[in-house]
Order: sequence, then C-alpha cells, then structure tokens
Amino acid sequence: MTATSHEATPYPFATAERLSVHPKLTELRREQPVLRVTMPYGGDAWLATRYDDVKTVLADPRFSTNTVGKDVPRPVPLVQTHPSILTMDPPEHSRLRKLVAKAFTARRIERLRPRTQQIVDDLLDTMIAAGSPGNLAESLNWPLPITIICELLGVPFADRERFRRWTDLLLALAGDEEEIRQSRVNLNEYLAGLIAVRRSEPSDDLLGELVTARDSDGRLSEEELVTFGVTLLVAGHETTANQTGNFIYLLLSTPGLWDQLVADPALVPSAVEELLRIVPLGASAGFPRIATEDLELGGQHIAAGDAVVVDMNSANWDESAFERPTEIDLARSENQHVAFGHGIHHCLGAQLARMEMQIAIATLVRRLPTLHLALPAEQVEWRTDRLIRGVRSLPVAW
Amino acid sequence: MTEERWRITVDAGLCIGSAVCVGTVPSHFALKDSHSVPVHEVVEPNEDVLAAAESCPMEAIRVLRVGTDEVLAPEL
Repeated sequence: MTATSHEATPYPFATAERLSVHPKLTELRREQPVLRVTMPYGGDAWLATRYDDVKTVLADPRFSTNTVGKDVPRPVPLVQTHPSILTMDPPEHSRLRKLVAKAFTARRIERLRPRTQQIVDDLLDTMIAAGSPGNLAESLNWPLPITIICELLGVPFADRERFRRWTDLLLALAGDEEEIRQSRVNLNEYLAGLIAVRRSEPSDDLLGELVTARDSDGRLSEEELVTFGVTLLVAGHETTANQTGNFIYLLLSTPGLWDQLVADPALVPSAVEELLRIVPLGASAGFPRIATEDLELGGQHIAAGDAVVVDMNSANWDESAFERPTEIDLARSENQHVAFGHGIHHCLGAQLARMEMQIAIATLVRRLPTLHLALPAEQVEWRTDRLIRGVRSLPVAW
Repeated sequence: MTEERWRITVDAGLCIGSAVCVGTVPSHFALKDSHSVPVHEVVEPNEDVLAAAESCPMEAIRVLRVGTDEVLAPEL
C-alpha cells in the first residue's frame, strides 16, 4: 500500500553517452537529493546526488564499504569475493593504507616528475616519427600510466596486453560472468607469481616492500598481499589512461580550450583540476556503502543495513558547491571537486594521476600546439559497456 | 604529572581537504572550510592519530610529543 513512497527508479537513468551527464541529476539535486533507485545488480539502494551529501557518505564512518561476499546493490555483475583496501573499514583499512601511503605522498610523487617527463617525451618521439595522424590513446594515454605503475610496483611492462585485457573485463557493466570471474582469477594468479619471485629474489619496488611487510613483519595476510597487488595494478593504470583520453578529447572538441592552453601553458595545473571536476569518469555510481545505523541523509531516513551509492559526476556539477558548474573554466581557482573521492578511500594515487596528466597535457601543448582531432568529434568511438568512460581510440593530427 | 600528551598540527598550506584523517579518526579531526583541523590540539596517545598522520597524502599532519617536541608521525 505504501509502495509508491519507496518506488525505486532504475539507475543508471540511461547509457552514459560520451561525456554527457544525465539532466535528471540537476532536477534530483533540487527536488529529491536522495532517491530510491534499482541498481543493475543486487537490488535497491539510495542514490545521493548533492555535493554535501556525497561527501558525507564518503567520509562518515557510519557508512561501511565492507561488502565482501554480499549480494549488495551494485553496477557490475560480480559480488566482491576478496577483501581489498576498497572494501575495508578502519582499522583494517588504515593498516593496509599505511603500508603504501608513503610511496604516494605529494613529496614522493614530485620526485617521479623527471622520469615521467622522459617517458612522455619518448612516447611522443615515437608517435611523431611515425607521422601525422596518430592514435593518441595507444601512443600516449595507455602506455604512460602503465609504464609508471609497472616501474613503481615491479610488474613487467611486457605483460601489459594480458593484464589490460583482464582489467578491462573486471570493469564490465555486463557480460559473460564466467569470463569476468576468470579474469579475476588470472589477475590474482599473475600477481601471486610475481610475489613468489620476490621470495627468492628480493626487490626494492613496491611489491617487494609489501612482501617484506608480509614475511618479516606479518602486517598483512597472504590473500591481502595478492589482492593489494591486483588493486594497485588495476587502479594504477585504467582510470588515468581513460581519463587522459577524455581530457584531451574535451580539450580538442570544445572550441577555444586547446588554444587557451597553447597561449598560456601555466594554466595546465588548474586546467587538470577543472577537467577532473567537469569530466564524468564514471558511467555509473560505483562502490556501494552500507549504513551501519539508522541515520538521516539529505532529509531522507536511511535504515541500518540500507545501501547508499553516490553520483560523483552530479556532486561535481552541483550549483551549491561551484559557481557556473557546467562551464569549463580552465583557470578556476576554488575547485574542491570530489573526482578522487573523499575520506579514507580518497584515491591513493591522486597525486600520481595529477602529475601524469599535467605532464602529458603540458608536453602535448608545447610540442604539438597544432594538435587536433583527425576526424569529426562525433565520429570518435566510445566504450559504453564499462564502469569507466573512455574512447576506443583517439585519432589526432598535427 | 608525567603523563604523556601528544600535540597535533595540520599545515593549512599543505592540506587539500581529502578528509583521509577525518574518516580515519573522526573524534580527532574535522573539516573546516574544506581543510582539516585537529578537534583538540593536545590529546592522549592514540594509535589511530598516528595512522591518520601516516596516511595523509600531503604529509600535512604532524604528531609531536608534548614537552620534547619529538615528531612521532609521520615518518619522513
């Protein structure tokens, strides 16, 4: 009888097209900021769309990300089976994060700048030597973060085609579940193999440090060690590669933006922040949170045990948090976006991703000021079947 | 009284408001104008406060021993 009050709306509201954000989100922020939705898998959840509510869900300890083994409302087919840093609450989460946090501080990442610049220059040398036009996705966007995370972790660059394919399947919004499950097994076995090598040949890379933390100090379990390796490898390349492509697509397809950067390259750092805010990376809300007690969110009662998902793209376009939120202002000074999340799960690799994208864009602007899309923007092909948005290829000319 | 006390500082110039500390120990850190501030500057010893300082991506948090000013976290 009271079904109408809690009638759930199917979410996502539509397939994510290119870099568009569904107009319904603007209306929801104003009229129903916490909406009952039916997720593609696992049932119904509350969807938070306002900046303040999204930040609350992400940072308030009354929301748990421990969903291992539970058929919770979610955007991807498989249930989480391995406890990872993403599905841990304090104090387990802090125990793991502390082990690697040092490698990703702003200070340590700054030291990687010269090496990153060298990688970008080498990749562009190769692309330029092959002649215009080229495919920026395969020439720069993918090999850059893959090279860096391989060097940081100690993963062979030569194996990239294999782990790229497995990673890609893990982020599938739908598909053959057996194939997706097998990809997860493959990634785990692959990392377990690299870990085994370190036990006979110790190394000073991040995987080597984690093996030492396990074997000498017992600070994490064997399963946690393997899963951590997988998480760092997957998160260390997939999002940055896709987001770099999204950024460059937007810069080249929106009149005036590229020329503005060419005329004033000092804008690159603030431009990257603005692109992080304006570009919707996720095709859907991602990891669900579970309320651990009864609480109120954006005027809505949430019962203990209810799942809550957050739409980051909506938060980053919230007119109550940003002036002229739909306008791309490459010089925007106040920009507290939530592109990297908020709270304990704030992206570990945020400083690394920023640095990689700043150097990629600054170098393109300097070396290829006449860069443009090699075909009409509407003919660029996009993947629409993955949790992360991205181009299939990015044909450019110069 | 020789009971140990710790002092927490947050460098407002470094803090980016990621709220990693707020989520780690909400009793000891809060966001004010999008930046972290310690709820109390001087606190009793607490392992979670060390974890928060170790997890800060900007290394903006310092935990010092009151009296000696010895830096307890983060390890630099």
